Amino acid sequence: MSTPHTAAEILEREFLVVRAKLLETAAAFDRLDRAEGSVANDPRRQELRQALDVLAADAPNRAEKLQLLFSLPYEPNWRKQLNVATNK
Amino acid sequence: MYYIDPHIHMVSRTTDDYESLAKMGCVAVSEPAFWAGFDRGSADGFRDYFRQLTEFEQRRSGWYGISHFTWLCINAKEAENVRLSREVIAMIPEFLDKPGVLGIGEIGLNKNTKNEAIIFLEHVDLAVRTGEQILIHTPHLEDKYPGTRMILDMLTDDSRLDRGRVLVDHVEEHTIRHVLEDGFWAGMTLYPVSKCTPERAVDMVEMYGPERLLVNSAGDWGPSKPSAVPDFILELRKRGHSESLIRRVVYENPLTFFSQSRGFNFTPPDAVVATEFPPSSFAR
Repeated sequence: MSTPHTAAEILEREFLVVRAKLLETAAAFDRLDRAEGSVANDPRRQELRQALDVLAADAPNRAEKLQLLFSLPYEPNWRKQLNVATNK
Repeated sequence: MYYIDPHIHMVSRTTDDYESLAKMGCVAVSEPAFWAGFDRGSADGFRDYFRQLTEFEQRRSGWYGISHFTWLCINAKEAENVRLSREVIAMIPEFLDKPGVLGIGEIGLNKNTKNEAIIFLEHVDLAVRTGEQILIHTPHLEDKYPGTRMILDMLTDDSRLDRGRVLVDHVEEHTIRHVLEDGFWAGMTLYPVSKCTPERAVDMVEMYGPERLLVNSAGDWGPSKPSAVPDFILELRKRGHSESLIRRVVYENPLTFFSQSRGFNFTPPDAVVATEFPPSSFAR
């Protein structure tokens, strides 16, 4: 299933909204730079910078990639680590 | 357009919200048991909460012609207290035959701990033994992805489960595919900051289609918008989607899922001949 609108129609409808969101992001980074102290070593600051790389990349599923970037990892052997049995 | 909000915490909302929802086309709500913002001190606290869910909220919603359904459990956050959780789980069967009870929920994980997993499995076992449907809460923010995968592991391990009778809620872009591919229903929650916006929810409808997909507001005591489902409807219309697609996601899909519960007794509004509001609606 896809969207009924063309790419041109979507850009026409969303340009100002996306522009505004990007400006908010830019202003938040400026705010961080202007503030006293440094968060350069804060892992969250690193995540935000990595997120910008995801947005800039010419690749699909950016929202899913950002979600995974901001997620803790899934450990397939979690049952063993937590010593949890399962219902059968 | 008529719609159903399949996940909304009306005990935290005012009667005015019921009125607003009714004016926007809401004809039914389903309310899972959840964390009240503080940890309750005893199983009796939950007994009173379950009475509120199964008795009073139906009456209050009825003042505005909205059908109220509910799900019972001890939530994932308070499930960290295993002793209290087991007392609550033992009490739940007292309420399962009350009118409007759809099943066990919202159970799930919060910080993905051992105790949470143990109590989640005991809730699932109760649901299987009593033939109840299940509504599942998935964790927030950075815990959502691993927590959702853990929940799916526990569910798919249990060969007794009918996956078509389980709703995994609060899916987002990184979890929806796993839920749908494993054969469960998926719920998208529209929340102002965390979870999902109406725009992103519509994106997921476009990417995955409407099959086994629900959308809800999860309106509760925190910053949330009980009228978020109409925002989702408007976004679908803005993008040129058909009324039949919209109706399927916000009305027919909840009906299909809920109809599997023996506690779901619902008269579609277009089948009602005359207004059936109770005569002394507002008597306290």
